[in-house]
This record gives sequence, structure tokens and C-alpha cells, in this order.
Amino acid sequence: MDTLVARYSRPAYLENELFSEQDEQDLNDAVPSFSLKFAMPPVAHPSAWLRAASDDRSNPSCPIKIAHGTTTLAFRFQGGIIVATDSRATAGNWIASQTVKKVIEINSDLLGTMAGGAADCQYWLAWLGMQCRLHELRHKRRISVAAASKILANLVYQYKGMGLSMGTMCAGVTKEEGPALYYIDSDGTRLAGNLFCVGSGQTFAYGVLDAEYRYDLSVEDALELGSRSILAATHRDAYSGGFINLYHVKESGWEKHGFNDTNPIFWKTKLDKGEFSNVTSDLSERV
Amino acid sequence: MSSPFSINGGACVAMVGKDCVAIACDLRLGLQALTVSNNFPKVFQYGDVFLGLTGLATDVATVSDLFRYKVNMYRLREERGIAPKTFANLVSSSLYERRFGPYFVSPVVAGLDPKTGEPFICGFDSIGCIDFSKDFIVSGTATDQLFGMCESLWEPDLAPEDLFETISQALLNAVDRDALSGWGAHVYIIEKDKVTKRLLKGRQD
Repeated sequence: MDTLVARYSRPAYLENELFSEQDEQDLNDAVPSFSLKFAMPPVAHPSAWLRAASDDRSNPSCPIKIAHGTTTLAFRFQGGIIVATDSRATAGNWIASQTVKKVIEINSDLLGTMAGGAADCQYWLAWLGMQCRLHELRHKRRISVAAASKILANLVYQYKGMGLSMGTMCAGVTKEEGPALYYIDSDGTRLAGNLFCVGSGQTFAYGVLDAEYRYDLSVEDALELGSRSILAATHRDAYSGGFINLYHVKESGWEKHGFNDTNPIFWKTKLDKGEFSNVTSDLSERV
Repeated sequence: MSSPFSINGGACVAMVGKDCVAIACDLRLGLQALTVSNNFPKVFQYGDVFLGLTGLATDVATVSDLFRYKVNMYRLREERGIAPKTFANLVSSSLYERRFGPYFVSPVVAGLDPKTGEPFICGFDSIGCIDFSKDFIVSGTATDQLFGMCESLWEPDLAPEDLFETISQALLNAVDRDALSGWGAHVYIIEKDKVTKRLLKGRQD
């Protein structure tokens, strides 16, 4: 009996360690040997070739058009974390979709957001979900947000310079960390913080969010602020729009608070609250 | 560097109906991704003829003022208003005068012939080539989308009310698929002795 117990249980000091040797091993295993997994273009310098072919900022007539343009935000507050996004995908000036899900449910208490290349974010956040599940199975406990975000940051760093394009936020609430929010981008940046906005409409969202943000916001006010910040960004940024996707992350997991069309919300905000007075709603009205 | 035709964004469409014509435009003025104004109309009325101008906003303002001046001078000399066909030729020759340094605009003309009451619409490229049309003319950053909408919605001999519905739906649904135009619209329905101007409350994203 004692031998069985000894084999299947570990001393308490090992249980609490966040990064054990096994963890480090997992992190290394998590990184695929990429040249074996992905087909590479048959040219001398694949990364340079890819950049030339798909970066439409430096070359507007580039042959590979990647879906871009977004506003996403997340902020920490007394009641957890609010995550909000728009839902527009554009390829150049063409609006490819108005119903994109830019909040990715990594698992029942971790959320990721999507900005930049839609395919890159979708693929790697799904992959991150898989890594988090494997961690859970191996260690019999949920992964911390710190560790999950680092798995992603290490992964994108491996591909640095190869044209990956993603600006993502990882949000989750765990027992050890409380509400935790990380920003990760394809340059390899990984930052912990209280408040982030990412995407072409980020400045507009920051404008509203910074003005009204306090850590002790009530849950109701926090949800309203997240939604209002996205609304401001969809109005001013040509490449953001569609629907407002709202989430609240708490210790018991995340909770979805709707995927609502901006159009009725906008006119309600304007006509009922008298905001957006820059917009004409009457022919005789002078602005 | 992006094309001067798509820095500010904007869309315009004209349609022929039974004894009437319609012309409509969006209201956006932007600087690439940033929306600066939601009240920048691109359709101008000179007596009984209407001119829609999309393209570079500075040229839209310059060219609209230029033609107001030219149409006023024409009225003083001839002691009558200008006919749409005559105005179309004036636009064409004025644009070609700038053949080697063009205004970055794509004009659209709409009106009813003052004598016969016959509907007239036409479009131009930036150096004055006239595109006569018996059904519809589109211009701006949402041309692809507008062509799709017009090809599917337009039918011959629409009454004024039906023409209003058709042109409004065509414009609104086209600009909702273009990032650089939208934010509201103006629609003019031109009949023999009545012009109706309406504001459309489009999506504001």
C-alpha cells in the first residue's frame, strides 16, 4: 500500500511549484520543429519571399491578401476581466465579413482575442487550447494564464520574421493568479497589464476606455464601458465594425454577454443619450 | 502610397426610371482608415441638372465649385438653364483640358431633358471620356459592389417611388460591403416638375 501511495503521490512542495522540470520539458515539447510541419515555399529565402507576397502595407498590390483590421479590448477590474471585440474582416477595402468571432474560447475559463491575420490567430489559439488541455492531463490541474500566454509567446518567437501577423490578448481567472491579462504579439512581445486595446481601431477604443476606466467599476458598468469603447472604434475606424462581442471572465469561468449588431446600438446611443452629435439624422440639421 | 481615388472614399450612383431619374451618394469623408466627417455630400445641384463627384475630396470641392461657376456663366449668356446633355459635354471638355494633370474625380451626371422630359444619365473617367447609359451609372470606391446591386435590382420603367427604393437599397447595401464609404446617404428623385431630396440613415460603422 505504502509503495503504491509513494508512486502515485508527490510531496507538497512539488505540488505548488509553478515551473517544474516537467513544465520546462512540456514547453520544449510544445514547440514543433516547424520545417517538418509546414510546407515552405520552394525559394532561397522563404521568410523574405512571404513578406513580399503578403505584406499589403509595404506593397498594396501584393498577391496574397490577408484579412486584417480589427478593434479588440480587454481590461481587468474588481469583478474579473471584460473582453470585447468588433466582428469585421477586411481584405483591402473589401469587407469580407461582418460576423467574425474574434474572441476565441481556449477552454472554459481562458479567452483569447484575435487581431491581425485571421488564420494565424485562429490556428495558433486553437493549438494553444490543445497545449493547455495536454498540460491539464499531465498535471491534473488547470494551466496558469502566465504559462499559457508564455507557450504562445515562445511559439510565435520561433517564427519571428516569417510573416506571422497576430496581436492577441489572453484573459483568464485562476486560483493562484486571480484575474490575469496578457498581451502577446507576433514580434514576440508578452506583457502583463490591466488594460489593452489591439488593432486598427485601438486608439479610438483607448480614448473612451481611458476616460472612464476605474478598477472598482461595477460589473454592469464595466460591460457597458467595454461595449461603448468598441462602438466608438467601429464608428471612426473604417476597418472595424459589424457586431460587438462581449465577454466577462470570472473565477467560475467566462460568461458570454452577447454578439450584438452595432447599428441599433449606435442609433440608441445617439438618439437616447445624445452622444455622437457629429452624425446627421435629419436633413434640416446643420452640423 | 495609395491611389488618390481611394484616399477619402465615397460612392455615387445614378439610375433611370419612367419619366424620372435618381442620383444618390454616401456622406463619408475619410483619411484612409480614419473617418473625419459623416456629412460630406457628393451630389451637387445646378438648376435642373445634377452632378455626382467621387474621388479625391479636395478635387471634389474644386470641381463642384468650378462647374457651379461655369453653369452660372452659361445661364447669364444664354438666358436659360443648361440641359443635361450640354452639361455632360461641358464636363467632358473641361476634364480633358486637364489631360496631363487630371482632377482625381469620377463624375456622374443626371437630369431630365428640359424640352422632351427624357431621362438622361452618364458617367465619366477622370479625363472626360463620356459613358452614356440607359440604365445606371456607378462611381467611387464601392463600384464593384454597386454594379452587383444595380445589375440585380434595377428594372426598366420604374415609377419614382419604386426608383427611390431601388436606388436606396442598391447604395446602402453596396456601401455596407465597402470599408471606405457609407455613414449615411443623400438621394435625389428628379421628376418633370418636382425634385425630392431624402437623407438615408445608413450604418455608422
